[in-house]
Amino acid sequence: MSPLERYLIVAALLFGIGLAGALTRRNAILVLAGIELMLTAVNLNLIAFGRYGGHAAPAAGQVFVLFVIAVAAAETAVGLALIIALFRHRRTVQLDEADELRG
Amino acid sequence: MNGLASQLWLVPALPLLAAGVLACLPRGARRLAAGLAIGALAVSLVLSLAALAATWAAPGPEGFRAVVNFPWLVWGEHTLRLGWVLDPLAAAMLAMVSLVGLLIFIYSVGYMAGDENFTRFFCFLSLFAGAMLAVVMANSLVLLFIAWELVGLASYLLIGFWYQKPAAAAAAKKAFLTTRVGDLGLFAGMLWLYAATGTVVFYDGGRGCLESAAVSTLAGRTVTAGLTWSAVISLLVLLGAAGKSGQFPLHVWLPDAMEGPTPVSALIHAATMVAAGVFLVARMFPLFAAAPPGATGTPPALQAVAWLGAGTAVFAALIAVAQTDIKRILAYSTVSQLGYMFLGLGVGGVAVGMFHLLTHACFKALLFLGAGSVIHGCHGEQDIRRLGGLWRAQPITFATYAVGMMALAGVPLLFSGFWSKEEILHAALGWPVSRGPFWLGLTGALLTAFYMTRQMVLVFLGPYRGGAAAGAHAAARPHESPPVMTVPLVLLAVGAVVLGFFGTPAWPALQAYLDPAHAAHLAPDLRRLFSAEVLKLMALSTAVVLSGLALGWWLYGRRPVTDPAAPDALELVQPGLFRLLREKFRVDEFYAATVVRWHAGWAALGDLLDRWCWGGLVWLVQGLALGLAWVSRLVDELAVNGGFDAACARLVRAGRRVAGLSTGRLPSYLRGVAAGALALGLLLLWGGCR
Amino acid sequence: METAFHLLAVGLLVAAVAAMSLRHLVHCALCLVAVFAAAAGLFLTLGAEFLAFAQVLVYVGAISILIVFAMLLTRTRAVDAASLSVRPRALGVTAAGAVAGFVIAAVLTSRALPEKAAAAPAVPVRELGRELMTQQVPALLAVGLLLTAALLGAVVLALREPPAAPSGKEPRA
Repeated sequence: MSPLERYLIVAALLFGIGLAGALTRRNAILVLAGIELMLTAVNLNLIAFGRYGGHAAPAAGQVFVLFVIAVAAAETAVGLALIIALFRHRRTVQLDEADELRG
Repeated sequence: MNGLASQLWLVPALPLLAAGVLACLPRGARRLAAGLAIGALAVSLVLSLAALAATWAAPGPEGFRAVVNFPWLVWGEHTLRLGWVLDPLAAAMLAMVSLVGLLIFIYSVGYMAGDENFTRFFCFLSLFAGAMLAVVMANSLVLLFIAWELVGLASYLLIGFWYQKPAAAAAAKKAFLTTRVGDLGLFAGMLWLYAATGTVVFYDGGRGCLESAAVSTLAGRTVTAGLTWSAVISLLVLLGAAGKSGQFPLHVWLPDAMEGPTPVSALIHAATMVAAGVFLVARMFPLFAAAPPGATGTPPALQAVAWLGAGTAVFAALIAVAQTDIKRILAYSTVSQLGYMFLGLGVGGVAVGMFHLLTHACFKALLFLGAGSVIHGCHGEQDIRRLGGLWRAQPITFATYAVGMMALAGVPLLFSGFWSKEEILHAALGWPVSRGPFWLGLTGALLTAFYMTRQMVLVFLGPYRGGAAAGAHAAARPHESPPVMTVPLVLLAVGAVVLGFFGTPAWPALQAYLDPAHAAHLAPDLRRLFSAEVLKLMALSTAVVLSGLALGWWLYGRRPVTDPAAPDALELVQPGLFRLLREKFRVDEFYAATVVRWHAGWAALGDLLDRWCWGGLVWLVQGLALGLAWVSRLVDELAVNGGFDAACARLVRAGRRVAGLSTGRLPSYLRGVAAGALALGLLLLWGGCR
Repeated sequence: METAFHLLAVGLLVAAVAAMSLRHLVHCALCLVAVFAAAAGLFLTLGAEFLAFAQVLVYVGAISILIVFAMLLTRTRAVDAASLSVRPRALGVTAAGAVAGFVIAAVLTSRALPEKAAAAPAVPVRELGRELMTQQVPALLAVGLLLTAALLGAVVLALREPPAAPSGKEPRA
């Protein structure tokens, strides 16, 4: 197993765990945390490819990761603000109970 | 002259128009109704008198004749033409009808004053007047037939004017149906005439069916029994005339027609409509008189006319002897006098028959109006057994009625009826075929004098027998009628006297006017009056009339009758004969047993057919329709509704299930997204993006 | 080198599992910090020093703190264990597992990956900076904009609404 594959597998597993958490946890904040895990996995993937991918521009991967980190931070901030706003209105952050848009 | 002739259509058109307007008026517009009707007929009278004067002043060797024809119906190469003719015959009839009609209209204003359907009465009267005038001036057999039927319709409407009375309604129906039988003959004759000559116009500049070309064609061809076509057509037309004029055996409707108001009886069933039959024969006389070239003797059609007339004259006079209703006596008298007119036409020609028609119109209208005055003055009493002694209470009526009675009976010299009957008897005496009609005519004259004397005595002389019967109303004494009724009586009485002087042998002005063959005698010449044969005949007929009067007086006048329930004097002498006469020779009963029963059978068959066959068909169709409707409903409810409902329910359920997907919960949505992304990735991977 | 990798990888995964399944929220947050730290370590083994530090700065220093703050701000009564996860839990786990498995399978069977593990030279920070400022300037600017928007958005969203206005003029019916 090449180093690249190793990193990739780890990233895949991390991604799966993050997804599992996002899909199963009731607390909205933990869903966001899961999403962060997924993004971290993506970052790992990108850097691994940047290192071992054999591309002509090795810096591209790292730059991409930079942007991902920035966007993730922004997204987390906004998401948490949303959750707080939701909490103010419904006094809960359990996703089960936020089903007013039910069809 | 041409101007007058071309405007002649106004004469019938104005009363018809008035009738149309009157039909739309409300019941209360009496003054307007009477005014319109009388006004229209007055204008027609003026025009008719103008036409009469014009034709009188312009005689020619052939007599005056102005004709206006126009095409009416065109199909293919055939044209049906209508038109009107102005000749002495038409002018005389126009004047008579409009004059007598006008007098009766005025009389009706008084007679019908108490009736609530005054306006409707005048509407029908106007309709009748217009139609009768059209009959008289028609130059086309089709137009004549149309107007003929209109006259019949007006008669039906007027006889049945008081339609709430079952007797009146039945009488109207009887009149219509009986004349219809005659009209069939007229129609058949018209069709044959059209088929044979190709035209129904009488006078058409040489092409008319009464002009020499057509007549000789018809006279030239024969059918069975050696009868020429002209004779057969004439006999068919005679059937129609006999129906309308109430000759035996189609006379049964005329006495029943007395159910109508008295002005109606006077106008229609004495003076004008019944005279239409006589007029028809007079108008179509060239056809009746047509004979094949080289033939001798009287044409069979004319012989039939003469015998029919003579027989009916005596037959009806006999029945009149035993009647007790004042109007019925006059009705049978009318039938009898019409018989005289037919006799006159048959033996003497147009002038003889028409002279009696004109005088009869005058004095018969007078008699009927007088009878109406009696009925009006005695508060509706019509039975002569309950009248009497009215000469004191109704003097004007009595006097005018006496004039009329003497004219009818043929009292000599002063009264028109004498002169016109003389002409008929004179012609009958000289008839080459047989003396039979002459003797029948004399017998009829005797009977006429007899029954009129009977009527006069019982109605006007002796004590008044009417108080005993009805309740409060009869207690009121009989009174004279208002002037609006008595003035026409007086005018007609004058006419009944004066008219005769236009037709004496000394000065046969009317005859010369009506029949160009007499034109040579136009200048008055008293010597003709004193010729041997004329004097002999006058003496004979005077003797007959006087003996009739005497017989009547001897039976009825010697001992005044006081009891209304007492048997008739004749009945005491000859009970069997009297009963037969009173029952009108049982002709009505005979018809009821045969024709009516036969017809009832057909009606029953028709009813059966209608109820079971057509009714059954209808029932079948109904069942079919209902069945189809039931099936349709079933299909609609089960298949359409049910299917639709089921589909909708399924749709709703599916929708609900799909709606279950939108839980509103984020995790499930995320799950969906993950699944979708997975699927997409798989697709890409194994789609060949390796 | 190998051992560092294995240690870090295991630590990463265990901490991740813990973060996603622990009951107490703050424990989850702490595990999350561990995950991010392990990730930073892995970045180091890959030679991306700058990114490793950026990871620690941003993720551990800011995001985790944010999450903790959010947890503190949205505290309610204690939630019972039975309703920790969305029912049915198996669905989500299966889905995630399927995804992970799929990716691993793709990685293992892919022919596109280079065989030779030729390590690329480490990228100096200067190189990164030059890349950012020349090739990726538009993206940089866009991200700047995005961050600004996110900042503003977050502030607005989390703003406490003023109390409802006293009943003044009601709209006419």
